Amino acid sequence: MDLTLFVWRQRDKDSEGRFEEYKAIDISPDMSFLEMLDVVNERLIKEGKEPIAFDHDCREGICGMCSQVINGIPHGPQQKTTVCQLHMRHFKDGDTIYIEPWRARAFPVIKDLIVDRSALDRIIQAGGYISVHTGGVPDANAILIPKPDADVAMDAAECIGCGACVAACPNGSAMLFTAAKVTHLAMLPQGRVEAARRVCLMTEQMLKEGFGNCTNHYECQAACPKGIKVSLIAKLNREFIKAQFKNK
Amino acid sequence: MILNGKVPEGPINEKWDRHRQHLKLIAPANRRKFTIIVVGTGLAGASAAATLGELGYNVEAFCYQDSARRAHSIAAQGGINAAKNYPNDGDSIYRLFYDTIKGGDFRSREANVYRLAQVSVNIIDQCVAQGVPFARDYAGYLDNRSFGGAQLSRTFYARGQTGQQLLLGAYQALSRQVHLGKVRLHPRTEMLDLVVIDGEAKGIVVRDLVSGKIEAYSGDAVCLCTGGYGNVFYLSTNAMGCNVTATYRAYKKGAFFANPCFTQIHPTCIPVSGDYQSKLTLMSESLRNDGRIWVPLKKADNRHPNDIPEEERDYYLERKYPSFGNLAPRDIASRAAKEVCDEGRGVGPGGLGVYLDFADAINRLGESVIRQRYGNLFEMYERITGEDAYKQPMRIYPAVHYTMGGLWVDYNIESNLPGLFVLGEANFSDHGANRLGASALMQGLADGYFIIPYTIADYLARTNVKRPSIEHSEFKRSQEEVQNNIKRLLSIKGRKTVNEFHRELGRIMWDHVGMARSEASLKDALKMIPEIREEFWKNVIVPGSGEELNQEIEKAGRVADFLEFAELMAIDALHRNESCGCHFRVEYQMPDGEAKRDDDNYCYVAAWQYRGPEKAPELHKEPLTFENVKLAIRSYK
Repeated sequence: MDLTLFVWRQRDKDSEGRFEEYKAIDISPDMSFLEMLDVVNERLIKEGKEPIAFDHDCREGICGMCSQVINGIPHGPQQKTTVCQLHMRHFKDGDTIYIEPWRARAFPVIKDLIVDRSALDRIIQAGGYISVHTGGVPDANAILIPKPDADVAMDAAECIGCGACVAACPNGSAMLFTAAKVTHLAMLPQGRVEAARRVCLMTEQMLKEGFGNCTNHYECQAACPKGIKVSLIAKLNREFIKAQFKNK
Repeated sequence: MILNGKVPEGPINEKWDRHRQHLKLIAPANRRKFTIIVVGTGLAGASAAATLGELGYNVEAFCYQDSARRAHSIAAQGGINAAKNYPNDGDSIYRLFYDTIKGGDFRSREANVYRLAQVSVNIIDQCVAQGVPFARDYAGYLDNRSFGGAQLSRTFYARGQTGQQLLLGAYQALSRQVHLGKVRLHPRTEMLDLVVIDGEAKGIVVRDLVSGKIEAYSGDAVCLCTGGYGNVFYLSTNAMGCNVTATYRAYKKGAFFANPCFTQIHPTCIPVSGDYQSKLTLMSESLRNDGRIWVPLKKADNRHPNDIPEEERDYYLERKYPSFGNLAPRDIASRAAKEVCDEGRGVGPGGLGVYLDFADAINRLGESVIRQRYGNLFEMYERITGEDAYKQPMRIYPAVHYTMGGLWVDYNIESNLPGLFVLGEANFSDHGANRLGASALMQGLADGYFIIPYTIADYLARTNVKRPSIEHSEFKRSQEEVQNNIKRLLSIKGRKTVNEFHRELGRIMWDHVGMARSEASLKDALKMIPEIREEFWKNVIVPGSGEELNQEIEKAGRVADFLEFAELMAIDALHRNESCGCHFRVEYQMPDGEAKRDDDNYCYVAAWQYRGPEKAPELHKEPLTFENVKLAIRSYK
């Protein structure tokens, strides 16, 4: 099939960006979206033009590196799917596709479709862990965890840190991302010890980075390639409020 | 030269303890005087950087991804082995050790493998303490599953995302050290050279992938945790960015490369669908717990799989290996798949596929149990192929997955260059000629959490070479070389893209240095590789400049190294006149088609030394001695 692409091109973070039009010719429905872009890039290189820069790595939906807004939707039209797992069979011959980078105040564009998501790393660095040293820990089966709790922890821990939730949110909020880590660790007995401190430090960092607040649009849940639920944001709020009493 | 692996004296179960008694220490107050460079932030790199930071060393950690959390360990699906024997089904440290040695077809170093089995139990404890959400049963205890090459359940897992959860555990520990100021992270930064001063590794030269700046970092020691080189085949289950550059540049600086021809072809990957294909996707080995592998009995049987009656199916693994069945080790399962496809019984486009069928398991356990165990894998399969594996069997085919070869290291995981430590998949030490499933995660974390902290202190306490200034002439020289290499690549302005060359190289490697190799195919490869390398340096096109974010220059540098490294692989494969594990030379097989090892002549590690451009590398041997297991013909029948 043949497609028309409008792709966001931007030299660097200080330059102004714009959409540019490209043709994607002879695309197989079995290609992944990124393989389609590979084809376009190969042609651009041969024509002596600069290829489109985009982040990608594992191409199996788990590393969280790929990050494109396709026709206005982070990661594109297929639910619970990263761009790299989106296949061209979901498009039709003759379609026009708009491709943009993640857009959020906390994610400055580095080049074309590549943005700087280090703010998410700094939220984890602020407290998204259990402060355990290597060695000297109890036997793994000494810590029993009810299966339902372990399952909720795992549901939350599935977050791949891609930032689609931020890109989808009208407020550019990272609440779903932060909530996922807070919930994962707060559900486990070994994580409870620091739960109050953790939620305060992570929330504080989140605000410092320029992420907005949650006003219940639920766009994050719709965009999340791992199907992480907004109910975790309620959990984050609950943990945060509990922590206020504890810290006082 | 005969290499010395520095294996400590004593009975095998006491070696590591005794060795630790003799290793020198660095006092807590002195550790802050040392800087350690860690390249790569996968399981090995992140766990090493975090642990060394906790101990008080200053750590500079580098990765090419935009975040340390994205290293390719994240894609490991199935699980991690540990000799916990929680299921009470007969496991022990010795048995994990034995399975791993046997799985590796007796081409790994006994003492390293035993230590790996010993610390495996600590890894699980550590990960649980970090909050890794392993699968649990209704009583709250940890659950286990089985993996290939084992007749018991010793694999811990977190749904189909065990690698992700273990990596996030290590990444979180690392993040904590970043917060505490002990680790400085350098994401989007790629190592392009190793700096050796007075014979010891003392720094690296990197390219900042955003600004394009070439920078130097000096350290008291360097840890390479840069993974494997499977992308030399172009198509593999590796991430797009995985490359051999860090280890290959270290090789060019004098580190020996061991067993480069040992590359694992994983039996259960989604088959190739077209020329545009950029990578292959693994379907976890854990699926073989419940899935049954088969092909039609008849050649070129084009019926829908669900229309082929039971008696016209050949469950070839169950038939040939009744005691291990569908859980035969990877090399054996891959070769068996190739065999039936070569016979013309393959399924799907081009006949390059076999069925992995869950119908029996769904009948036995119900769809919901299967969904719970493997839901995300079925979903991934559906995304890629558009087929529903709950309704019809998956189609799978072998693909390049893991590389057992790597830089040579001794028992201290230190290379022949003092101060250069190599961890995880980047070293060669633990998996011999074939790695068992769920052992890569175990090794990465063992090296990073529990081995490097001890052995690096010993080096730091002994070395006389101080951390140099980056003004040292070696740094300048190395930076200049790297800069010139980039300039040269940009100046060619030819007509073929980097990808075209990479694809071409991959085809040569898969056809001639792939699942089955022969003297003739390897000699062909040795003729073709220099040819495309020559063409590459005349005709590659790399757009843009070096002073900006330029993904093509990144790729070009990696492919340039693959084009040299590929030759080393073929040389190694050609010299090893035996079949063992993944290395199958068609000239050396048993009457029933199984690999025929030659223990009299090839029971050694082949470590290659770089001798200069266009010169043949020099072979050094580390003889392998087996005191605790009997060298036996590997049988899974």
